[in-house]
Amino acid sequence: MWKLISVELYKIYKRPRTYIAFGAIAALIVVIQLGLKIDGESYSGFLMKDINDTLSIEGKILNGYLICYILLQLLLVHVPLLVALIAADMISGEANLGTLRLIFTTPYSRTQWVMAKFVAASTYTILLLIWLAFLALFVSIWIFGTDDLFLMKSNYVVLITEGDVMWRYVGAFVFAAFALMTVTSLGFLMSSLANNSIGPIVGTMSAIVFLTILSTLNIPLFSLIKPYLFTTHMNNWKEFFDLQVNADNEAIKGSILNIAKIKNSLIVLTLHIILFVGASVLIVKKKDILS
Amino acid sequence: MNRTPYKNTITVASKKAILLFLLCVITSTINAQANMLIEKVSQKLALVNDYTATGIMKTDVAFIKASLGKVKVYFKKPNQLKIKKEGGISLLPKGGVSVSLNSLLNTKQFVAMESGKQLFKGKELQVIKLIPTDDALDWVISTLWIDPATALVYKTFTTTKENGTYEVTMEYGAHAQYGLPSKIIFGFNTKDYKLPSGITLEFGEEEPVSKAKALKAKKGTIEITYSNYSINNGVSNTMF
Repeated sequence: MWKLISVELYKIYKRPRTYIAFGAIAALIVVIQLGLKIDGESYSGFLMKDINDTLSIEGKILNGYLICYILLQLLLVHVPLLVALIAADMISGEANLGTLRLIFTTPYSRTQWVMAKFVAASTYTILLLIWLAFLALFVSIWIFGTDDLFLMKSNYVVLITEGDVMWRYVGAFVFAAFALMTVTSLGFLMSSLANNSIGPIVGTMSAIVFLTILSTLNIPLFSLIKPYLFTTHMNNWKEFFDLQVNADNEAIKGSILNIAKIKNSLIVLTLHIILFVGASVLIVKKKDILS
Repeated sequence: MNRTPYKNTITVASKKAILLFLLCVITSTINAQANMLIEKVSQKLALVNDYTATGIMKTDVAFIKASLGKVKVYFKKPNQLKIKKEGGISLLPKGGVSVSLNSLLNTKQFVAMESGKQLFKGKELQVIKLIPTDDALDWVISTLWIDPATALVYKTFTTTKENGTYEVTMEYGAHAQYGLPSKIIFGFNTKDYKLPSGITLEFGEEEPVSKAKALKAKKGTIEITYSNYSINNGVSNTMF
């Protein structure tokens, strides 16, 4: 199995489009970091307009932790589109080139090949996430330094002490890995249905955009299906950055406001992964290779 | 026959004059008592030229989730006061800290008026209103609740020109002889906090805010419990 995974990883490594996602993420992050470094004070001033009317705030608001949070908010919505570039090409790309017939004639079963391809695509996704974490978190810390994390949400503000932040990012990135793996498995499913690369890539992107819109719209009709859409749960990494408060409105260090929401989202995402990959295996096993 | 009404007029005028005189005497006596008590408080505060203190700060504002934080407080005469959080981001009521007891009393530019007595946490306190005589001062009126026996101020309620009203409540402990509190609670009005979802990128996550919570959102407190004072050991000007 490891041999198959190595082969698939080598194919991903040799494909130029693999590096588009890494380059796009690096470019986006550098541009945002540069903008915030130059004009971050006016940005934070704009965000804190309401608070500044009441309270005077001292400290390094615009620190590496906040920059990372801003970057994740912006990028984790778009990274799935970049993941689709590779994941949705894993099977259909081979079908398009005519090599799918060739690999299925090897002594390995179709299931083994599909699973190897999925593991390779997932490895690519995880590496992309690590790259994102490195640039968004560690480079931001290097440029902007560290301090407490002062998060401005729509209805309230959360102040997380510096020592209580890093483990939350670890949790958020692990959660994001599950979210992106779901996208990988969706792309994989689309890929198993087609015999060309463009269709599954565009199809996966369209599905993500469509489902994200459904998840964000506050229309009662859609509220019924929202809990079952994986896009509803993908953004719940933010739950790691909300604190419980006691009866005196004092935030409890090391706490997470809604841990059940995180668990529920992880279960939903995992079920989607199993469903999509399982369906892909079944489709490929029964697939009539005509190309 | 004509003398009686004239005599009556004199009598009425005299009575009015006597009443006015008595009123003036009573008022000046009351004001003198108020001034004496304020002077007693000022004398107690004057014992402290500077101090540093460590403490634990608790922020209770409905729209802020913050945990307890260690703070260091620096004071230097006449009214320099700085509260610094030991590492991290600190949130303090805007302008509220500068309206300290020292900044109110050290200017001496006010008129003090007695305003009765009130029970506060089991103590009968003298209520004194201060009205500034200098237009340049930041505050408009301040009410002080003072224990006449110990000359300790337990509560102040100050209306400022720019930053609304502040209620400061104090508790005393080991350093009461210097008029330094062991616990201080700043109460202040807060404004509504709301950021558009387009900025926070929190779509479809809005929860309705209850009426009680919305009402509570109008008030906030910051509480500092002092654990250690270092009095009259010098504080550098660079701290402020």
